[in-house]
Amino acid sequence: MATDKRKVQEINAGSMADIAFLLLIFFLVATTMNVDTGIARNLPPMPPENQQVEDLKVRVRNVLPVLINGRGDLFVGRAGEQEYLDIHQLKDRAKEFLLNPMDDPNLPEKEMQEFDLPDGSKWTYAVGKGVLSLQTTKDTQYQNYIMVQNELTRAVNEIRDEVARAKFQKKFAELAEGERAVVAKAVPMSISEAEPRDLAGRN
Amino acid sequence: MKKKGNKGLPPISTASLPDVIFMILFFFMVSTTMRDQELHLKYSLPDATEVQKLEKKSLVSYIHIGEPIGIWREQYGPAPRIQLNDAFKTAQDIGQFVAAERDKLSEQDRALMTVCLKADRYTTMGRITEVKQELRRANALKISYAAGKTLGY
Repeated sequence: MATDKRKVQEINAGSMADIAFLLLIFFLVATTMNVDTGIARNLPPMPPENQQVEDLKVRVRNVLPVLINGRGDLFVGRAGEQEYLDIHQLKDRAKEFLLNPMDDPNLPEKEMQEFDLPDGSKWTYAVGKGVLSLQTTKDTQYQNYIMVQNELTRAVNEIRDEVARAKFQKKFAELAEGERAVVAKAVPMSISEAEPRDLAGRN
Repeated sequence: MKKKGNKGLPPISTASLPDVIFMILFFFMVSTTMRDQELHLKYSLPDATEVQKLEKKSLVSYIHIGEPIGIWREQYGPAPRIQLNDAFKTAQDIGQFVAAERDKLSEQDRALMTVCLKADRYTTMGRITEVKQELRRANALKISYAAGKTLGY
């Protein structure tokens, strides 16, 4: 019969919502949404066994040692002229060291370097050679270490922001990719992590 | 005849309910990632302001350091331990772990592999450095110290 053929039975879609709910609940339970955040760092490669220590020597004026002890106290400066600093003073101290605005002979030297900008022009900038050397003892707490890492990162980020603003009238984070790479090269993230010091007999 | 519409409200149509639920479902499918491992330990991450997001989750391997919880606490005690994948390991196993994780990635992604270090804030640096030295030895140099975002101390 022709009339019967046209009347195809409709599929009951009433339970569709239930199926969708089941799937939804499965995904709610089995997945996570949190995005991990962290401080990104590049570790130095392991030196070859037979390498001479002298190769790694950096001139004394270019290094600012930052020592964190087990109680979370900060000692900043070279051996003999260490100062005791509060965590909140560290960023400005690091900035002053990295920038060396008065060309103090005790602070890091600078070297004029020429950079190729993405738009084809050249840009010369005095790149500081300063290195922040972070030292810990074996009983330093991780929280204190991260706080200091954070302050040093902030010092570098602020310098990058200032340089980007002076050159491109923008914040570092708002720069185009090519420009950002140039600024990042002009203001390197030079934080070195030495192995922990075993302050003799104080473990 | 006149009072036909007055018999009460017509029932609300639920025909579009499946569509709405499907939309929510697709949102969750796209914006979340699968939970891949069960934590046998607990930690509270340190806080920092200058944190960056970890971009591609498939390129990230995790090393957890913290106190064992639950039945693992009874078994191993409360001292901080390292968890790789689903088991407690020592720092010496990290080299093998990194090699296995690197093998899972494709050739061009291997250089981009990142190791995310999730450690409790009260871990001592002696232990962290041990892990870092092993990572250097395994040539996994891109690392990220996991930290929660805060607005300042």
